[in-house]
Amino acid sequence: MLTCENIVKRYGAFTALNGVSMDVPAGKVFGLLGPNGAGKTSLIRIITRITGPDEGRVLFDGKPMTDADVHQLGYLPEERGLYKKMKVGEQAVYLARLKGMPKAEATTRLKEWFTRWEMDGWWNKKVEELSKGMAQKVQFITTVLHNPRLLILDEPFSGFDPINAELIRSEILRLRDEGTTVMLSTHSMPSVEELCDHIALIDNAKVMLHGNVREIRKRYSTNTYRIEYKGTRVAFANALGFSGELVDTHDGEDMSVARVRLAKDTTPNTLLRQLVSGVEVNGVQEEVPRMHDIFIRVVSETAPEMVASGMTE
Amino acid sequence: MNKIKLIIWREFITRVRKPSFLIMTILGPLLIAGGVAAVTFLGLQESGPQSVLVVDVPHLFTDKLANATKPDITFHYRADDISDSAFKNSTYTLMVRMNEEVLKNNQVEIFYTKVPSQSVQNYISAEVEKVLRKEKLRINNLDENVFDQVGTPVAMKLIDIEKGDESLEQEKAAIGFFLGYIMLLFIMLYGMQVMRGVMEEKQSRIIEVLASSVRPFQLMMGKIVGIAMVGLVQFLLWIILSTALTTGVIALAKDRLVAQVSNGIPMDQPMTTETKALLQNEIAKDNADMSQGLDKVHKIIDQTPITLVIILFLFYFLCGYLLYSSFFAAIGAAVDSETDTQQFMLPAMLPLMLALFIAQMAIVNPDGPAVFWFSIVPFTSPIVMMVRIAMGNAFEHPWELILSMVLLVATFIGTTWLAGRIYRTGILMYGKKVTWKELGKWLFYKG
Repeated sequence: MLTCENIVKRYGAFTALNGVSMDVPAGKVFGLLGPNGAGKTSLIRIITRITGPDEGRVLFDGKPMTDADVHQLGYLPEERGLYKKMKVGEQAVYLARLKGMPKAEATTRLKEWFTRWEMDGWWNKKVEELSKGMAQKVQFITTVLHNPRLLILDEPFSGFDPINAELIRSEILRLRDEGTTVMLSTHSMPSVEELCDHIALIDNAKVMLHGNVREIRKRYSTNTYRIEYKGTRVAFANALGFSGELVDTHDGEDMSVARVRLAKDTTPNTLLRQLVSGVEVNGVQEEVPRMHDIFIRVVSETAPEMVASGMTE
Repeated sequence: MNKIKLIIWREFITRVRKPSFLIMTILGPLLIAGGVAAVTFLGLQESGPQSVLVVDVPHLFTDKLANATKPDITFHYRADDISDSAFKNSTYTLMVRMNEEVLKNNQVEIFYTKVPSQSVQNYISAEVEKVLRKEKLRINNLDENVFDQVGTPVAMKLIDIEKGDESLEQEKAAIGFFLGYIMLLFIMLYGMQVMRGVMEEKQSRIIEVLASSVRPFQLMMGKIVGIAMVGLVQFLLWIILSTALTTGVIALAKDRLVAQVSNGIPMDQPMTTETKALLQNEIAKDNADMSQGLDKVHKIIDQTPITLVIILFLFYFLCGYLLYSSFFAAIGAAVDSETDTQQFMLPAMLPLMLALFIAQMAIVNPDGPAVFWFSIVPFTSPIVMMVRIAMGNAFEHPWELILSMVLLVATFIGTTWLAGRIYRTGILMYGKKVTWKELGKWLFYKG
């Protein structure tokens, strides 16, 4: 759907993007991650053709992107706003027309959205009369009104209350199911795990990590298993033998939990076979690393001193 | 191209629909017409009948001041001074005191409790002058008729030898200056609107959404053109409304004046032949003044290629506005808040102020070197050249006019391009204290 090839962007002596390449597959939700100041917004501005790259190119549907392609994009910036003095309906139709949609069609579509989100009666309100949450809903609608094939959302959940955030979340999934490609820039790692199929992690103007979320989590997995059992610690340790390394163990009221890192060349089945000889195993689960941990690991590896500032939103 | 039309339309319609536009459109001409009306009526307004006590210390004026054409004024005479309190308590509204030496020092004092109108003052002064002149002539044994002939004022006519017609340079220059002044007002008024509009989009953060749909340059030009249209429409409405109102007001004033003159003579007073003659004389003089004025207007119209002047006015008007408003757009894009605009505003305003100053010089000396250069340099040429165009001077040097126009177009294309580069970087830049050096860097960023 969208391919970035070796994109370089400099502002004077400062390099915002240094050879960034990535693929955004069609019909999926793509997460663009990275600490503040990593270059996410610079990249988004290049994809949305607000600015041009110094080097490299952006391919849309396999062809170099042109100005006409912006009609296929919907962009919700992180710093977003509307004309305060303009009426909601008029403004949304205006923005859709700037994206090349005919007036009548934009009006019909907008009315559908208003009905769906129970916003009847907002049409003739001025934006300055709306609450912040209401304005955010309008902003989201103006972003998707013209049926974009690629939706770019920069921190879409920031500032939304939980109810509206949930609304946006389900809307993103609905649009994806209808075939829209969604590019999502966010700091909220739970949202990434929940929504994203693919990610790219940018840090210090470079892509540090790129690919399918499941595969990445797998790649960063430490081969650690969480085992619930009944029995004594000693019995557990004896049963474990050399098939794994005991990371830690907690005793619960009627159940204990141990975390075991599998030894090389050992499969979970071997581990289980060993354990059942000594203790009663109630459950085994692989500990897949959370995106949160992967993020911190990757970012702190590149610039340890950046972690503290990078993780504060 | 369609997008820029959409932007122009939005900029135009949202401004024209604002209540403030309607208010200013109606209020503007009302203020202008109101000003004209106020001046006209205040000038005509009499402070009521005046009972004037003439303290005739030198015994020259008694029974000699006439009220033939202003029957509202009655003169009463006495030879010695009265006290201030006596005057205040009397029914007299004015006291004119002639001093002993009035023939030598030509000084007269008027005491009042309520300020007399300008016309009353002028009338009394004229009457006193007549008496003094008569007296002086008598002392010097001069015949009054002879003196009147000797003292005939000369009417001078300036005639251009090539055109063989009377030239009205001063009047035309004044018209040109007025046009230049309007241009300056328009540029400042609507240039500021461009700046505010850009700042509004930046502050409300809608700019990033817009920038993802249209080129920043389209956005900037759409705004500039849209606001220019608002300006032109408002201007047109102003001209139509003010002309209608002002004509109405003047017509009304004229009616009043005529009514005053013809009804002013009380019927119970038998009109002497002398008064009649005086009155006729006065009216004839008024008519002569008026027809001379009309004659001048006709001549100016005859001598001026009106269509060309209007076309040139619109040309300089639009190009000047485009030149400056692109600056204002760049300023609006570069700053975060209105307070930061100051340092950039001054350099943008200075050439305009200078132009107005030079335009004033052009009235006196349209061929001077300063006027020549500043009517060529694009930043001042719209205003300065307008004076030369209105005077007809510009048509005598067609290559200067063409050079000035070509330079202006070239410069506004150049500044718009430069402003566009600052604009597209500035609109996406927040929280940075912008300096001139910084702006210079932006010019060289790649799109």
